[in-house]
Amino acid sequence: MMFRLILLFTAGVAYAQSPPELAQGQALFETHCTLCHGVNGKGSRGPSLTKAKLAKAPDDAALKKLIENGLEPEMPGSWFLTEPDVEHLIVYVRSLGKIASEPVVGNALRGASLYAQNKCSTCHIVAGEGSGFGPELTEIATRRSPSHLRESIISPAATLPEGFLMIDVKTASGRTLRGIRANEDPFTVQIKDASGRFHSFRKSELSTLNKLRGQSPMPAYKLSPTDLNDLVAYLASLGAKQ
Amino acid sequence: MKWLIVLLSLSAFGQVPFERIANADKEPGSWLTYSRNLQGHRFSPLTEITPANVGKLKVKWAYQFPEANNEVSPIVADGVMYISGPNTATALDTKTGRSLWSWKRTVPTDYRNVGFGKVNRGPAIMDDMLYVATLDCYLVALDIKSGVERWSTKVADYKMGYSLTVAPLAIKGKVVIGVSGGETGIRGFIDAYDSKTGKQSWRIWTVPAAGEKGVETWAGDSWKTGGGSSWVTGAYDPELNLVYWGVGNPGPDWNGDSRAGDNLYTCSMLAIDAATGQMRWHFQFTPHDTHDWDSTHVPILFDGEVGGRKRKLLANANRNAFYYLLDRETGEFLSGKPYARQTWAKGLNDQGKPIVIPNMEPSEKGTLVYPNLNGATIWFSPSYSPQTGLVYVPVRELGAIYFKRPAVYKPGTFFAGGGENSLPADDAYGAIRALDAKTGAMRWEFRQSSPPWAGVLSTAGGIVFSGTTEGNAFALDARTGKPLWEFQCGGGIGSNPISFTIDGRQMLAITADRVLYVFGL
Repeated sequence: MMFRLILLFTAGVAYAQSPPELAQGQALFETHCTLCHGVNGKGSRGPSLTKAKLAKAPDDAALKKLIENGLEPEMPGSWFLTEPDVEHLIVYVRSLGKIASEPVVGNALRGASLYAQNKCSTCHIVAGEGSGFGPELTEIATRRSPSHLRESIISPAATLPEGFLMIDVKTASGRTLRGIRANEDPFTVQIKDASGRFHSFRKSELSTLNKLRGQSPMPAYKLSPTDLNDLVAYLASLGAKQ
Repeated sequence: MKWLIVLLSLSAFGQVPFERIANADKEPGSWLTYSRNLQGHRFSPLTEITPANVGKLKVKWAYQFPEANNEVSPIVADGVMYISGPNTATALDTKTGRSLWSWKRTVPTDYRNVGFGKVNRGPAIMDDMLYVATLDCYLVALDIKSGVERWSTKVADYKMGYSLTVAPLAIKGKVVIGVSGGETGIRGFIDAYDSKTGKQSWRIWTVPAAGEKGVETWAGDSWKTGGGSSWVTGAYDPELNLVYWGVGNPGPDWNGDSRAGDNLYTCSMLAIDAATGQMRWHFQFTPHDTHDWDSTHVPILFDGEVGGRKRKLLANANRNAFYYLLDRETGEFLSGKPYARQTWAKGLNDQGKPIVIPNMEPSEKGTLVYPNLNGATIWFSPSYSPQTGLVYVPVRELGAIYFKRPAVYKPGTFFAGGGENSLPADDAYGAIRALDAKTGAMRWEFRQSSPPWAGVLSTAGGIVFSGTTEGNAFALDARTGKPLWEFQCGGGIGSNPISFTIDGRQMLAITADRVLYVFGL
């Protein structure tokens, strides 16, 4: 497992690009892309690009094609950019989604045991094992840095993913349910309960609908420093390049 | 002989003469212009659907567009519905939704939409022709009986960043249109073309050139790339013979350093003499805008007593979050107040100019301002009900962190000078707000889970129809805002609803993404 972690660290270093390319890419991005993708690629009219994996551009060849040709119906192509311009943009866009390379000091194998001992699979899924009440963790290393994972264990409510909302509802007939909001519109709400089952309500059926903003169903774990390091090491290995 | 006279008169005046459009209330079952009447009301006089029975609305038919994200507002005349998409137009049988003819113009492979989606907001009809504006900047007249092209006129050069997404406005003998391209450093304009021939009748530039009045509000040569698009359909007062049309943001959008001054006539309402194209008056809502708050909205024209005097009025719920009431004969500012959260101005002075709060411009580090770049409302239509005296406005409640960056002009490419980061989606919401048309005071609101992208229709039956980003087509009580009906369309709604009749029965038409739905009792 340490071998795997070393490789992850090495891969992170390999992504680093020379500053001039990055700076040129950033300048191009700020001129042509920020209207939709926001400054620093954090999203605006268009999606955020601060992700390790871009669904529409899984590799550099796909990203190049996407930048050159655009994406119907909203994103324009970039016929006005030169080949080096596009390459610099790719460098910058990839830098937005890079998960920060941090030294991971724990023992991932022991972390896997801690994951099982603490019954994390009661709420999370890894490789098909567990319940999907909380976020899926199979490839969490591609989306979250080790320090973010650490913070999520210590203080889950402070690190809620965008759009993750726990709600309490009570129907007119007195039935109560607490769960995670799957969808909401002005007329209906769909909720996933702790077992992963979905429930759908018309809001007119509900006597109360409480949005528990800033709250997480996950307890704040108080682990020893060693246990915490090991659990983070395990999570940081999930989906990491091998 | 009788038939000959009928045929001759038809060929002379056409099937839908201007008089039919100007007298829209005489045929409540039709929808003959973008907002149903030339005054921009998007109000239907139909009364069959009421708060008591609207809950029984059912889908009568649906039509699938070949493209996504349709923003069309259909035209309905004499049993035929006319719709348009990006470089397409189609005639549909209103009883079944079956296509009667369709037309398409190929979009050039080197065409690029910069700063907006590849959309079309609808066609216009007059006499025997359907008028469609194309992305590659042609205004095209189609025969309404066959879809055959009768004439097409090049309006601008798309390679310079111009584009046409607007629904044209057909007035007596002329077709008026505006341009998109406010993020590419275009110099905007509004054009009128002879409805029979396609020959240009007049052009009014929305940014003055060197030597012209108003150019002193632009530093140096900045007027040359000053923006001022005109991409949303205006209104028309036949008595005053004035066209009212909103103007978009100055360029570059978020970096105003190179264009010191008020930047006339961006972010303004223009009153234009329909005969000559001369500007009668202008009113600038947001001088020297740096937040991309185009004033491209459908103006609402109505008459009423203000300050003890009967006036011809123009109402505008602006993207900058203020509601304005103007005298439409003179352009005089009468009143204004915020109708949504805004953090950029303390209020408006006696002339309607914003009292700007310092340091609310975009900055290197980012500046948090409400509303975000799409504004408190944007292109989709509000509705005015003469029955309730209320203006119904779809409102977007969200802020953004605005950034300033360098802007380099290269024809046909982004000339924006920055951007924004919207705040997290959980901090945003939407609403339909009912405002007193004469004061802007809010009477009620209906909250939505997210900021909307759909327009509003109000009806004499006492209903307000609209749609949500989550796909709900819905009906509210026009007097109270109480929800009465909803239907999940399966795709986000980003279009303007209309109402018309089939065999005398009232219908609602609204487009959700790729599908146009027609509902009836």
